[in-house]
Amino acid sequence: MFQVRIHGRGGQGVVTAAELLSVAAFVEGKHAQAFPSFGSERTGAPVVSFCRFADEPIRSREPIEQPDALIVQDPTLLHQVDLLAGLGTGGYLLVNTTRSFEELGLGEFVAGFRPERLATVPATEIARELVGKPLPNAALLGAFAALTGRVTLASVKGAILERFPGETGLRNVAAAERAHDALGVSAHA
Amino acid sequence: MRSQIEGSQAVAAAVALCRPEVISAYPISPQTHIVEALSDLVRRGELEPCEYLMVESEFGAMSAAIGASAVGARAYTATASQGILYMAEALYNASGLGLPIVMTVANRAIGSPINIWNDHSDAMSQRDSGWIQLYAASNQEAVDLHVQAFRLAEEVSLPVMVCMDGFVLTHAFEPVDLPTQEQVDAFLPRFEPRQVLDPAAPVTIGAMVGPEAFAEVKVLMHVKQMQALDVIGEISGEFAQAFGRGSGGLVRQYRSADAETIVVALGSVLGTIQDAVDELRDEGVSVGAVGITCFRPWPLAEVRAALGHARRVVVLEKAFAVGLGGIVAQNVRLALEGLPARVHDVVGGLGGRPITRASVRRLLGDVLEDRLDPGALTFLDLDWGLVQRELERPSGPHAENILRDLAAGPR
Repeated sequence: MFQVRIHGRGGQGVVTAAELLSVAAFVEGKHAQAFPSFGSERTGAPVVSFCRFADEPIRSREPIEQPDALIVQDPTLLHQVDLLAGLGTGGYLLVNTTRSFEELGLGEFVAGFRPERLATVPATEIARELVGKPLPNAALLGAFAALTGRVTLASVKGAILERFPGETGLRNVAAAERAHDALGVSAHA
Repeated sequence: MRSQIEGSQAVAAAVALCRPEVISAYPISPQTHIVEALSDLVRRGELEPCEYLMVESEFGAMSAAIGASAVGARAYTATASQGILYMAEALYNASGLGLPIVMTVANRAIGSPINIWNDHSDAMSQRDSGWIQLYAASNQEAVDLHVQAFRLAEEVSLPVMVCMDGFVLTHAFEPVDLPTQEQVDAFLPRFEPRQVLDPAAPVTIGAMVGPEAFAEVKVLMHVKQMQALDVIGEISGEFAQAFGRGSGGLVRQYRSADAETIVVALGSVLGTIQDAVDELRDEGVSVGAVGITCFRPWPLAEVRAALGHARRVVVLEKAFAVGLGGIVAQNVRLALEGLPARVHDVVGGLGGRPITRASVRRLLGDVLEDRLDPGALTFLDLDWGLVQRELERPSGPHAENILRDLAAGPR
Protein backbone atom coordinates (compact mmCIF):
# COMPACT_ATOMS: atom_id res chain seq x y z
CA MET A 1 0.00 0.00 0.00
CA PHE A 2 1.26 3.46 -0.94
CA GLN A 3 -0.46 6.45 0.66
CA VAL A 4 -0.40 10.02 -0.59
CA ARG A 5 -1.73 13.16 1.08
CA ILE A 6 -2.26 16.34 -0.91
CA HIS A 7 -2.54 19.81 0.62
CA GLY A 8 -3.79 22.88 -1.18
CA ARG A 9 -6.49 25.51 -1.13
CA GLY A 10 -10.08 25.32 -2.31
CA GLY A 11 -10.16 26.03 -6.04
CA GLN A 12 -6.67 24.68 -6.79
CA GLY A 13 -7.93 21.23 -7.69
CA VAL A 14 -6.79 19.37 -4.59
CA VAL A 15 -9.58 16.83 -4.87
CA THR A 16 -9.10 16.42 -8.62
CA ALA A 17 -5.39 15.74 -8.05
CA ALA A 18 -6.18 12.78 -5.79
CA GLU A 19 -8.80 11.55 -8.26
CA LEU A 20 -6.36 11.73 -11.19
CA LEU A 21 -3.67 9.94 -9.23
CA SER A 22 -6.10 7.16 -8.35
CA VAL A 23 -7.10 6.79 -11.99
CA ALA A 24 -3.41 6.63 -13.02
CA ALA A 25 -2.85 3.81 -10.51
CA PHE A 26 -6.10 2.10 -11.59
CA VAL A 27 -5.11 2.00 -15.26
CA GLU A 28 -1.90 0.26 -14.17
CA GLY A 29 -4.05 -2.50 -12.68
CA LYS A 30 -3.68 -1.43 -9.08
CA HIS A 31 -6.48 -1.04 -6.56
CA ALA A 32 -6.84 2.66 -5.84
CA GLN A 33 -8.92 4.93 -3.65
CA ALA A 34 -9.15 8.71 -3.54
CA PHE A 35 -11.23 10.93 -1.31
CA PRO A 36 -11.32 14.51 -0.05
CA SER A 37 -11.09 15.70 3.49
CA PHE A 38 -14.69 16.42 4.11
CA GLY A 39 -15.86 19.88 4.96
CA SER A 40 -17.54 22.96 3.66
CA GLU A 41 -14.76 23.80 1.23
CA ARG A 42 -14.54 27.40 0.17
CA THR A 43 -12.26 28.95 -2.38
CA GLY A 44 -8.95 29.67 -0.70
CA ALA A 45 -9.58 27.61 2.43
CA PRO A 46 -7.07 24.87 3.27
CA VAL A 47 -8.17 21.57 1.69
CA VAL A 48 -6.71 18.08 2.02
CA SER A 49 -7.24 15.07 -0.19
CA PHE A 50 -6.01 11.51 0.03
CA CYS A 51 -5.04 8.75 -2.38
CA ARG A 52 -3.94 5.23 -1.57
CA PHE A 53 -3.13 2.44 -3.97
CA ALA A 54 -2.14 -1.18 -3.54
CA ASP A 55 -1.90 -4.53 -5.29
CA GLU A 56 -4.66 -5.91 -3.08
CA PRO A 57 -8.20 -4.52 -2.56
CA ILE A 58 -8.30 -1.53 -0.20
CA ARG A 59 -10.79 -1.77 2.63
CA SER A 60 -9.66 1.00 4.96
CA ARG A 61 -11.39 4.36 4.64
CA GLU A 62 -9.66 6.32 7.35
CA PRO A 63 -7.86 9.59 6.55
CA ILE A 64 -4.15 9.17 5.84
CA GLU A 65 -2.27 10.24 8.97
CA GLN A 66 1.09 8.72 8.03
CA PRO A 67 1.59 9.32 4.31
CA ASP A 68 4.33 7.73 2.24
CA ALA A 69 4.29 10.84 0.09
CA LEU A 70 3.11 14.39 0.60
CA ILE A 71 2.26 16.81 -2.19
CA VAL A 72 1.99 20.48 -1.27
CA GLN A 73 0.16 22.52 -3.89
CA ASP A 74 0.42 25.78 -1.98
CA PRO A 75 3.53 26.46 0.12
CA THR A 76 1.85 29.42 1.86
CA LEU A 77 0.05 26.72 3.89
CA LEU A 78 3.34 25.57 5.39
CA HIS A 79 3.09 27.84 8.39
CA GLN A 80 -0.71 27.76 8.73
CA VAL A 81 -1.56 24.09 8.83
CA ASP A 82 0.33 21.14 10.27
CA LEU A 83 1.10 20.01 6.75
CA LEU A 84 3.98 17.74 7.49
CA ALA A 85 2.32 15.74 10.28
CA GLY A 86 2.98 12.04 10.04
CA LEU A 87 5.52 12.19 7.22
CA GLY A 88 8.46 9.98 8.19
CA THR A 89 12.05 10.58 7.13
CA GLY A 90 11.74 7.81 4.54
CA GLY A 91 8.85 9.64 2.87
CA TYR A 92 8.58 11.61 -0.34
CA LEU A 93 7.96 15.36 -0.23
CA LEU A 94 6.98 17.33 -3.31
CA VAL A 95 6.33 21.07 -3.02
CA ASN A 96 5.00 23.45 -5.65
CA THR A 97 7.40 26.39 -5.36
CA THR A 98 10.15 28.30 -7.11
CA ARG A 99 12.12 28.35 -3.87
CA SER A 100 14.33 25.79 -2.17
CA PHE A 101 13.49 23.87 1.01
CA GLU A 102 15.96 26.11 2.86
CA GLU A 103 14.25 29.24 1.56
CA LEU A 104 10.88 27.82 2.64
CA GLY A 105 12.24 27.36 6.16
CA LEU A 106 12.17 23.58 5.82
CA GLY A 107 15.94 23.01 5.76
CA GLU A 108 15.96 21.65 9.28
CA PHE A 109 12.85 19.51 8.80
CA VAL A 110 14.16 17.74 5.71
CA ALA A 111 17.70 17.31 7.04
CA GLY A 112 17.16 13.64 7.93
CA PHE A 113 15.26 12.80 4.71
CA ARG A 114 16.67 10.93 1.74
CA PRO A 115 17.56 13.78 -0.66
CA GLU A 116 16.42 11.84 -3.72
CA ARG A 117 12.93 11.73 -2.20
CA LEU A 118 12.63 15.51 -1.92
CA ALA A 119 11.71 17.81 -4.76
CA THR A 120 10.43 21.26 -5.49
CA VAL A 121 8.80 22.08 -8.80
CA PRO A 122 7.50 25.44 -10.09
CA ALA A 123 4.17 23.84 -11.01
CA THR A 124 2.14 27.06 -10.96
CA GLU A 125 4.61 28.77 -13.34
CA ILE A 126 4.60 25.74 -15.65
CA ALA A 127 0.79 25.76 -15.63
CA ARG A 128 0.59 29.48 -16.35
CA GLU A 129 2.82 28.98 -19.36
CA LEU A 130 1.44 25.74 -20.78
CA VAL A 131 -2.15 25.53 -19.47
CA GLY A 132 -2.84 29.24 -19.39
CA LYS A 133 -4.16 29.06 -15.82
CA PRO A 134 -2.40 28.79 -12.46
CA LEU A 135 -3.65 25.24 -11.84
CA PRO A 136 -0.66 23.18 -10.69
CA ASN A 137 -2.23 19.69 -10.66
CA ALA A 138 -0.95 18.20 -13.88
CA ALA A 139 2.59 19.48 -13.40
CA LEU A 140 2.66 18.18 -9.84
CA LEU A 141 1.46 14.73 -10.91
CA GLY A 142 4.08 14.59 -13.66
CA ALA A 143 6.70 15.50 -11.07
CA PHE A 144 5.22 12.94 -8.65
CA ALA A 145 5.69 10.20 -11.28
CA ALA A 146 9.33 11.23 -11.76
CA LEU A 147 10.03 11.57 -8.04
CA THR A 148 8.45 8.35 -6.77
CA GLY A 149 8.28 6.02 -9.76
CA ARG A 150 5.04 4.69 -8.21
CA VAL A 151 3.01 5.55 -11.30
CA THR A 152 4.29 6.14 -14.81
CA LEU A 153 4.07 9.40 -16.69
CA ALA A 154 2.06 7.56 -19.34
CA SER A 155 -0.62 6.63 -16.76
CA VAL A 156 -0.74 10.18 -15.43
CA LYS A 157 -1.19 11.48 -18.97
CA GLY A 158 -3.90 8.90 -19.62
CA ALA A 159 -5.76 9.95 -16.48
CA ILE A 160 -5.56 13.63 -17.43
CA LEU A 161 -6.87 13.01 -20.95
CA GLU A 162 -9.72 10.83 -19.67
CA ARG A 163 -10.84 13.53 -17.22
CA PHE A 164 -10.21 16.51 -19.51
CA PRO A 165 -10.76 15.55 -23.14
CA GLY A 166 -9.62 17.89 -25.90
CA GLU A 167 -7.43 20.96 -25.78
CA THR A 168 -7.50 21.36 -21.97
CA GLY A 169 -6.27 17.81 -21.54
CA LEU A 170 -3.46 18.23 -24.07
CA ARG A 171 -2.24 21.43 -22.41
CA ASN A 172 -2.23 19.72 -19.01
CA VAL A 173 -0.38 16.75 -20.47
CA ALA A 174 2.29 19.15 -21.72
CA ALA A 175 2.58 20.58 -18.20
CA ALA A 176 2.91 17.10 -16.72
CA GLU A 177 5.67 16.24 -19.22
CA ARG A 178 7.57 19.47 -18.53
CA ALA A 179 7.56 18.93 -14.77
CA HIS A 180 8.38 15.25 -15.14
CA ASP A 181 11.36 15.95 -17.34
CA ALA A 182 12.56 18.75 -15.08
CA LEU A 183 12.78 16.26 -12.24
CA GLY A 184 13.52 13.18 -14.27
CA VAL A 185 17.26 13.64 -14.42
CA SER A 186 18.03 14.14 -10.78
CA ALA A 187 15.18 12.37 -9.03
CA HIS A 188 13.98 8.82 -8.54
CA ALA A 189 17.31 7.39 -7.52
CA MET B 1 -17.23 -2.71 -16.87
CA ARG B 2 -14.78 -1.89 -14.10
CA SER B 3 -13.94 1.77 -13.78
CA GLN B 4 -12.37 4.15 -11.27
CA ILE B 5 -15.36 6.30 -10.41
CA GLU B 6 -16.85 8.46 -7.68
CA GLY B 7 -19.43 6.66 -5.54
CA SER B 8 -22.24 9.09 -6.36
CA GLN B 9 -21.56 8.86 -10.09
CA ALA B 10 -21.52 5.07 -9.92
CA VAL B 11 -24.86 5.00 -8.10
CA ALA B 12 -26.35 7.47 -10.59
CA ALA B 13 -25.28 5.15 -13.41
CA ALA B 14 -26.77 2.15 -11.60
CA VAL B 15 -30.06 3.94 -10.97
CA ALA B 16 -30.22 4.93 -14.66
CA LEU B 17 -29.70 1.27 -15.63
CA CYS B 18 -32.79 0.46 -13.55
CA ARG B 19 -34.87 2.65 -15.90
CA PRO B 20 -36.68 4.89 -13.39
CA GLU B 21 -39.64 6.67 -14.96
CA VAL B 22 -39.88 9.52 -12.45
CA ILE B 23 -37.05 11.07 -10.44
CA SER B 24 -37.89 13.82 -7.99
CA ALA B 25 -35.31 15.82 -6.11
CA TYR B 26 -34.80 19.01 -4.19
CA PRO B 27 -31.50 20.65 -5.10
CA ILE B 28 -30.13 21.91 -1.79
CA SER B 29 -27.20 21.05 0.38
CA PRO B 30 -27.42 18.39 1.73
CA GLN B 31 -28.17 16.75 -1.61
CA THR B 32 -25.97 14.35 -3.54
CA HIS B 33 -24.14 14.21 -6.85
CA ILE B 34 -26.42 11.28 -7.60
CA VAL B 35 -29.52 13.27 -8.52
CA GLU B 36 -27.31 15.92 -10.13
CA ALA B 37 -25.84 13.31 -12.49
CA LEU B 38 -29.29 11.83 -13.15
CA SER B 39 -30.69 15.26 -14.05
CA ASP B 40 -27.91 15.60 -16.64
CA LEU B 41 -28.79 12.21 -18.12
CA VAL B 42 -32.46 13.16 -18.41
CA ARG B 43 -31.67 16.60 -19.85
CA ARG B 44 -29.41 15.07 -22.52
CA GLY B 45 -32.09 12.56 -23.43
CA GLU B 46 -29.93 9.63 -22.34
CA LEU B 47 -32.49 8.33 -19.87
CA GLU B 48 -35.82 7.82 -21.59
CA PRO B 49 -38.63 7.67 -20.82
CA CYS B 50 -38.03 9.48 -17.56
CA GLU B 51 -39.50 12.62 -16.06
CA TYR B 52 -37.22 14.61 -13.77
CA LEU B 53 -39.11 16.73 -11.27
CA MET B 54 -37.30 19.50 -9.47
CA VAL B 55 -39.53 20.07 -6.48
CA GLU B 56 -39.77 22.72 -3.78
CA SER B 57 -38.66 20.64 -0.78
CA GLU B 58 -37.86 17.12 0.40
CA PHE B 59 -41.47 16.83 1.48
CA GLY B 60 -42.34 17.64 -2.13
CA ALA B 61 -39.77 15.14 -3.41
CA MET B 62 -41.31 12.26 -1.49
CA SER B 63 -44.85 13.39 -2.26
CA ALA B 64 -44.03 13.49 -5.98
CA ALA B 65 -42.51 10.01 -5.74
CA ILE B 66 -45.68 8.79 -4.02
CA GLY B 67 -47.86 10.24 -6.78
CA ALA B 68 -45.66 8.81 -9.50
CA SER B 69 -45.57 5.38 -7.92
CA ALA B 70 -49.34 5.40 -7.40
CA VAL B 71 -49.94 5.91 -11.12
CA GLY B 72 -47.66 3.00 -11.87
CA ALA B 73 -44.29 4.62 -12.56
CA ARG B 74 -40.97 3.37 -11.21
CA ALA B 75 -40.00 6.23 -8.88
CA TYR B 76 -36.69 7.23 -7.33
CA THR B 77 -35.32 10.01 -5.14
CA ALA B 78 -32.35 10.68 -2.85
CA THR B 79 -31.80 12.66 0.31
CA ALA B 80 -29.66 13.00 3.43
CA SER B 81 -29.52 14.54 6.87
CA GLN B 82 -32.24 17.13 7.66
CA GLY B 83 -33.74 16.37 4.24
CA ILE B 84 -35.04 13.01 5.39
CA LEU B 85 -36.58 14.63 8.46
CA TYR B 86 -38.40 17.09 6.26
CA MET B 87 -39.91 14.22 4.25
CA ALA B 88 -40.73 12.12 7.32
CA GLU B 89 -44.50 12.47 7.13
CA ALA B 90 -44.51 11.40 3.50
CA LEU B 91 -42.21 8.44 4.23
CA TYR B 92 -44.92 6.89 6.39
CA ASN B 93 -47.47 7.44 3.63
CA ALA B 94 -45.26 5.72 1.06
CA SER B 95 -44.85 2.65 3.23
CA GLY B 96 -48.44 2.63 4.43
CA LEU B 97 -49.70 2.74 0.86
CA GLY B 98 -47.28 -0.06 -0.10
CA LEU B 99 -45.59 1.94 -2.85
CA PRO B 100 -42.31 0.50 -4.15
CA ILE B 101 -40.25 3.72 -4.19
CA VAL B 102 -36.46 3.42 -4.00
CA MET B 103 -34.49 6.16 -2.24
CA THR B 104 -30.80 6.64 -1.62
CA VAL B 105 -29.88 8.04 1.76
CA ALA B 106 -26.34 9.46 1.68
CA ASN B 107 -25.98 9.12 5.43
CA ARG B 108 -25.18 12.28 7.33
CA ALA B 109 -25.58 13.63 10.84
CA ILE B 110 -28.67 15.43 12.10
CA GLY B 111 -28.36 18.83 13.75
CA SER B 112 -28.31 20.68 15.99
CA PRO B 113 -25.40 21.44 16.13
CA ILE B 114 -25.21 22.03 12.40
CA ASN B 115 -22.96 19.41 10.81
CA ILE B 116 -22.74 18.16 7.25
CA TRP B 117 -20.57 15.11 7.87
CA ASN B 118 -21.26 11.39 7.92
CA ASP B 119 -23.00 9.33 10.55
CA HIS B 120 -26.17 7.21 10.59
CA SER B 121 -28.48 9.51 12.57
CA ASP B 122 -30.59 10.41 9.53
CA ALA B 123 -31.53 6.91 8.37
CA MET B 124 -31.77 5.61 11.96
CA SER B 125 -34.30 8.34 12.77
CA GLN B 126 -36.63 6.73 10.19
CA ARG B 127 -35.96 3.08 11.05
CA ASP B 128 -39.54 2.56 12.13
CA SER B 129 -41.13 4.34 9.16
CA GLY B 130 -42.03 1.07 7.45
CA TRP B 131 -39.30 1.35 4.80
CA ILE B 132 -36.88 -1.47 4.20
CA GLN B 133 -33.34 -0.28 5.03
CA LEU B 134 -30.24 -1.72 3.37
CA TYR B 135 -26.72 -0.45 4.23
CA ALA B 136 -23.85 -0.58 1.73
CA ALA B 137 -20.33 -1.42 2.89
CA SER B 138 -18.62 -0.19 -0.30
CA ASN B 139 -19.45 1.67 -3.49
CA GLN B 140 -19.66 -1.65 -5.33
CA GLU B 141 -22.25 -2.81 -2.86
CA ALA B 142 -24.10 0.52 -3.12
CA VAL B 143 -24.40 -0.01 -6.89
CA ASP B 144 -25.50 -3.61 -6.48
CA LEU B 145 -27.99 -2.80 -3.72
CA HIS B 146 -29.78 -0.27 -5.92
CA VAL B 147 -30.33 -2.87 -8.63
CA GLN B 148 -31.59 -5.29 -5.98
CA ALA B 149 -33.69 -2.60 -4.24
CA PHE B 150 -35.97 -1.92 -7.22
CA ARG B 151 -36.57 -5.64 -7.65
CA LEU B 152 -37.20 -6.08 -3.92
CA ALA B 153 -39.48 -3.06 -3.58
CA GLU B 154 -41.65 -4.13 -6.50
CA GLU B 155 -41.75 -7.77 -5.44
CA VAL B 156 -42.91 -7.05 -1.86
CA SER B 157 -44.73 -3.74 -2.54
CA LEU B 158 -42.75 -1.77 0.02
CA PRO B 159 -40.41 1.21 -0.34
CA VAL B 160 -36.67 0.63 0.12
CA MET B 161 -33.95 2.96 1.40
CA VAL B 162 -30.43 2.21 0.22
CA CYS B 163 -28.16 3.79 2.81
CA MET B 164 -24.57 4.65 1.89
CA ASP B 165 -22.17 6.66 3.99
CA GLY B 166 -22.19 10.31 2.97
CA PHE B 167 -18.76 11.61 1.88
CA VAL B 168 -16.96 8.41 2.94
CA LEU B 169 -18.62 6.52 0.08
CA THR B 170 -20.44 9.16 -1.96
CA HIS B 171 -17.31 11.26 -2.54
CA ALA B 172 -14.76 8.43 -2.75
CA PHE B 173 -13.23 7.32 -6.04
CA GLU B 174 -12.67 3.59 -6.15
CA PRO B 175 -13.02 0.75 -8.65
CA VAL B 176 -16.62 -0.19 -9.35
CA ASP B 177 -17.88 -2.85 -11.72
CA LEU B 178 -20.95 -1.35 -13.38
CA PRO B 179 -23.33 -3.88 -14.88
CA THR B 180 -24.52 -3.64 -18.48
CA GLN B 181 -28.02 -2.60 -19.50
CA GLU B 182 -28.68 -6.16 -20.74
CA GLN B 183 -27.67 -7.64 -17.38
CA VAL B 184 -29.90 -5.25 -15.43
CA ASP B 185 -32.82 -5.71 -17.83
CA ALA B 186 -32.57 -9.49 -17.41
CA PHE B 187 -32.49 -9.17 -13.60
CA LEU B 188 -35.06 -6.42 -13.14
CA PRO B 189 -38.28 -6.97 -15.07
CA ARG B 190 -40.57 -4.11 -16.07
CA PHE B 191 -42.54 -2.67 -13.18
CA GLU B 192 -45.98 -4.26 -13.04
CA PRO B 193 -47.82 -2.13 -10.48
CA ARG B 194 -50.23 -3.88 -8.10
CA GLN B 195 -52.38 -0.76 -7.76
CA VAL B 196 -52.72 2.03 -10.33
CA LEU B 197 -54.47 5.35 -10.13
CA ASP B 198 -56.03 5.87 -13.53
CA PRO B 199 -58.24 8.85 -14.47
CA ALA B 200 -60.16 6.55 -16.83
CA ALA B 201 -61.14 4.27 -13.97
CA PRO B 202 -61.13 6.43 -10.84
CA VAL B 203 -60.52 4.86 -7.42
CA THR B 204 -59.21 6.25 -4.17
CA ILE B 205 -56.24 4.93 -2.23
CA GLY B 206 -55.34 5.89 1.29
CA ALA B 207 -58.81 5.84 2.82
CA MET B 208 -59.45 6.97 6.36
CA VAL B 209 -59.65 3.92 8.61
CA GLY B 210 -61.13 4.09 12.10
CA PRO B 211 -60.59 1.93 15.16
CA GLU B 212 -62.49 -0.91 13.50
CA ALA B 213 -59.66 -1.74 11.05
CA PHE B 214 -56.68 0.60 11.59
CA ALA B 215 -54.67 -2.04 13.44
CA GLU B 216 -55.33 -4.63 10.75
CA VAL B 217 -54.12 -2.32 7.96
CA LYS B 218 -51.10 -1.31 10.03
CA VAL B 219 -50.15 -4.89 10.86
CA LEU B 220 -49.95 -5.64 7.14
CA MET B 221 -46.86 -3.44 6.95
CA HIS B 222 -45.19 -5.52 9.63
CA VAL B 223 -46.19 -8.83 8.09
CA LYS B 224 -44.91 -7.71 4.67
CA GLN B 225 -41.60 -6.58 6.17
CA MET B 226 -41.14 -9.94 7.86
CA GLN B 227 -41.94 -11.69 4.57
CA ALA B 228 -39.31 -9.52 2.91
CA LEU B 229 -36.61 -11.25 5.00
CA ASP B 230 -36.92 -14.32 2.77
CA VAL B 231 -37.17 -12.30 -0.44
CA ILE B 232 -34.01 -10.29 0.36
CA GLY B 233 -32.02 -13.49 0.70
CA GLU B 234 -33.45 -14.93 -2.53
CA ILE B 235 -32.75 -11.76 -4.52
CA SER B 236 -29.20 -11.57 -3.18
CA GLY B 237 -28.67 -15.20 -4.22
CA GLU B 238 -30.04 -14.60 -7.69
CA PHE B 239 -27.91 -11.49 -8.01
CA ALA B 240 -24.77 -13.48 -7.20
CA GLN B 241 -25.71 -16.01 -9.90
CA ALA B 242 -26.44 -13.37 -12.51
CA PHE B 243 -23.61 -10.91 -11.77
CA GLY B 244 -20.92 -13.19 -10.36
CA ARG B 245 -20.42 -11.41 -7.04
CA GLY B 246 -22.02 -11.50 -3.62
CA SER B 247 -23.79 -8.31 -2.53
CA GLY B 248 -26.70 -7.59 -0.26
CA GLY B 249 -28.43 -10.25 1.78
CA LEU B 250 -29.22 -9.88 5.46
CA VAL B 251 -25.95 -10.21 7.36
CA ARG B 252 -22.33 -10.60 6.22
CA GLN B 253 -19.88 -12.68 8.25
CA TYR B 254 -16.13 -12.10 8.26
CA ARG B 255 -13.87 -14.58 10.09
CA SER B 256 -16.62 -14.77 12.70
CA ALA B 257 -17.71 -18.42 12.49
CA ASP B 258 -15.32 -19.49 15.28
CA ALA B 259 -14.62 -16.08 16.82
CA GLU B 260 -14.93 -15.53 20.59
CA THR B 261 -15.28 -11.79 20.09
CA ILE B 262 -17.32 -10.33 17.23
CA VAL B 263 -17.66 -6.70 16.14
CA VAL B 264 -21.04 -5.77 14.63
CA ALA B 265 -21.39 -2.72 12.40
CA LEU B 266 -23.28 -1.23 9.45
CA GLY B 267 -21.89 0.43 6.34
CA SER B 268 -18.47 1.49 5.17
CA VAL B 269 -16.70 1.18 8.52
CA LEU B 270 -16.76 -2.59 8.02
CA GLY B 271 -13.65 -2.37 5.80
CA THR B 272 -11.62 -0.71 8.53
CA ILE B 273 -12.94 -3.25 11.05
CA GLN B 274 -11.96 -6.14 8.76
CA ASP B 275 -8.41 -4.75 8.56
CA ALA B 276 -8.28 -4.64 12.36
CA VAL B 277 -9.68 -8.20 12.55
CA ASP B 278 -6.94 -9.47 10.21
CA GLU B 279 -4.21 -7.85 12.31
CA LEU B 280 -5.60 -9.30 15.53
CA ARG B 281 -6.04 -12.74 13.95
CA ASP B 282 -2.36 -12.63 12.94
CA GLU B 283 -1.59 -12.02 16.60
CA GLY B 284 -3.65 -15.06 17.57
CA VAL B 285 -6.73 -13.23 18.87
CA SER B 286 -10.03 -14.97 18.18
CA VAL B 287 -12.00 -12.08 16.68
CA GLY B 288 -14.33 -11.60 13.71
CA ALA B 289 -16.83 -9.15 12.26
CA VAL B 290 -20.50 -9.28 11.29
CA GLY B 291 -21.98 -6.65 9.02
CA ILE B 292 -25.69 -5.94 9.13
CA THR B 293 -26.71 -5.23 5.52
CA CYS B 294 -30.45 -5.31 6.18
CA PHE B 295 -31.41 -3.35 9.29
CA ARG B 296 -35.15 -3.17 8.56
CA PRO B 297 -36.69 -5.70 8.62
CA TRP B 298 -34.48 -6.81 11.50
CA PRO B 299 -33.03 -10.26 10.66
CA LEU B 300 -33.29 -11.54 14.21
CA ALA B 301 -32.76 -15.23 13.47
CA GLU B 302 -29.76 -14.60 11.20
CA VAL B 303 -28.14 -12.26 13.73
CA ARG B 304 -28.70 -14.82 16.48
CA ALA B 305 -27.16 -17.54 14.31
CA ALA B 306 -24.17 -15.37 13.38
CA LEU B 307 -23.43 -14.18 16.93
CA GLY B 308 -24.87 -16.87 19.19
CA HIS B 309 -21.57 -18.68 19.79
CA ALA B 310 -19.61 -15.54 20.72
CA ARG B 311 -18.47 -14.71 24.26
CA ARG B 312 -18.36 -10.98 23.57
CA VAL B 313 -20.19 -8.91 21.00
CA VAL B 314 -19.09 -5.33 20.35
CA VAL B 315 -21.72 -3.27 18.52
CA LEU B 316 -20.02 -0.24 16.95
CA GLU B 317 -22.62 2.15 15.61
CA LYS B 318 -22.76 5.65 14.14
CA ALA B 319 -25.94 6.86 15.82
CA PHE B 320 -27.58 6.55 19.21
CA ALA B 321 -30.89 6.99 20.91
CA VAL B 322 -30.52 9.98 23.22
CA GLY B 323 -31.68 8.99 26.68
CA LEU B 324 -31.07 5.30 26.08
CA GLY B 325 -27.96 4.31 24.11
CA GLY B 326 -27.12 2.21 21.07
CA ILE B 327 -29.89 1.54 18.58
CA VAL B 328 -28.32 -1.38 16.75
CA ALA B 329 -27.12 -2.74 20.11
CA GLN B 330 -30.71 -2.89 21.42
CA ASN B 331 -31.69 -4.93 18.40
CA VAL B 332 -28.66 -7.20 18.82
CA ARG B 333 -29.49 -7.76 22.52
CA LEU B 334 -32.99 -8.80 21.49
CA ALA B 335 -31.52 -11.31 19.03
CA LEU B 336 -29.20 -12.73 21.70
CA GLU B 337 -31.80 -13.09 24.45
CA GLY B 338 -31.08 -16.06 26.69
CA LEU B 339 -27.54 -16.53 25.33
CA PRO B 340 -24.45 -15.86 27.43
CA ALA B 341 -22.74 -13.34 25.08
CA ARG B 342 -21.86 -10.01 26.68
CA VAL B 343 -22.92 -7.13 24.45
CA HIS B 344 -20.88 -3.91 24.44
CA ASP B 345 -22.67 -0.81 23.27
CA VAL B 346 -20.18 1.50 21.47
CA VAL B 347 -21.05 4.70 19.63
CA GLY B 348 -18.46 6.20 17.28
CA GLY B 349 -18.00 8.17 14.11
CA LEU B 350 -20.59 10.80 15.04
CA GLY B 351 -20.70 13.91 12.86
CA GLY B 352 -17.83 12.71 10.67
CA ARG B 353 -15.22 11.80 13.31
CA PRO B 354 -13.13 9.12 11.58
CA ILE B 355 -13.23 5.59 12.98
CA THR B 356 -9.65 4.45 12.48
CA ARG B 357 -8.10 1.02 12.64
CA ALA B 358 -6.11 2.24 15.64
CA SER B 359 -9.34 3.25 17.46
CA VAL B 360 -10.93 -0.11 16.67
CA ARG B 361 -7.83 -1.90 17.97
CA ARG B 362 -7.80 0.19 21.16
CA LEU B 363 -11.49 -0.54 21.66
CA LEU B 364 -11.00 -4.27 21.17
CA GLY B 365 -8.01 -4.18 23.53
CA ASP B 366 -10.25 -2.67 26.22
CA VAL B 367 -12.93 -5.28 25.59
CA LEU B 368 -10.54 -8.22 25.63
CA GLU B 369 -8.83 -7.01 28.82
CA ASP B 370 -12.22 -6.50 30.51
CA ARG B 371 -11.61 -2.77 30.91
CA LEU B 372 -15.01 -1.94 29.43
CA ASP B 373 -18.17 -2.28 31.48
CA PRO B 374 -20.69 -4.15 29.29
CA GLY B 375 -23.54 -2.43 31.13
CA ALA B 376 -22.33 1.05 30.21
CA LEU B 377 -22.67 3.00 27.01
CA THR B 378 -19.21 3.66 25.50
CA PHE B 379 -18.31 6.52 23.17
CA LEU B 380 -15.31 5.87 20.95
CA ASP B 381 -12.54 8.51 21.09
CA LEU B 382 -14.68 10.94 23.05
CA ASP B 383 -13.14 13.92 24.89
CA TRP B 384 -15.03 13.65 28.17
CA GLY B 385 -13.08 16.63 29.52
CA LEU B 386 -14.84 18.96 27.07
CA VAL B 387 -18.21 17.52 28.04
CA GLN B 388 -17.44 17.87 31.74
CA ARG B 389 -16.40 21.52 31.44
CA GLU B 390 -19.66 22.37 29.72
CA LEU B 391 -21.69 20.43 32.29
CA GLU B 392 -20.17 22.61 35.00
CA ARG B 393 -21.54 25.75 33.34
CA PRO B 394 -25.00 26.98 34.30
CA SER B 395 -26.22 27.19 30.70
CA GLY B 396 -25.38 27.25 26.98
CA PRO B 397 -24.96 27.96 24.14
CA HIS B 398 -23.26 24.55 24.29
CA ALA B 399 -21.86 24.36 20.75
CA GLU B 400 -20.19 27.76 20.99
CA ASN B 401 -18.84 27.10 24.49
CA ILE B 402 -17.36 23.73 23.54
CA LEU B 403 -15.75 25.11 20.38
CA ARG B 404 -14.21 27.91 22.46
CA ASP B 405 -12.88 25.42 25.01
CA LEU B 406 -11.50 23.23 22.24
CA ALA B 407 -9.64 26.17 20.70
CA ALA B 408 -8.26 27.17 24.10
CA GLY B 409 -6.81 23.71 24.69
CA PRO B 410 -6.75 21.59 27.88
CA ARG B 411 -7.17 23.59 31.08
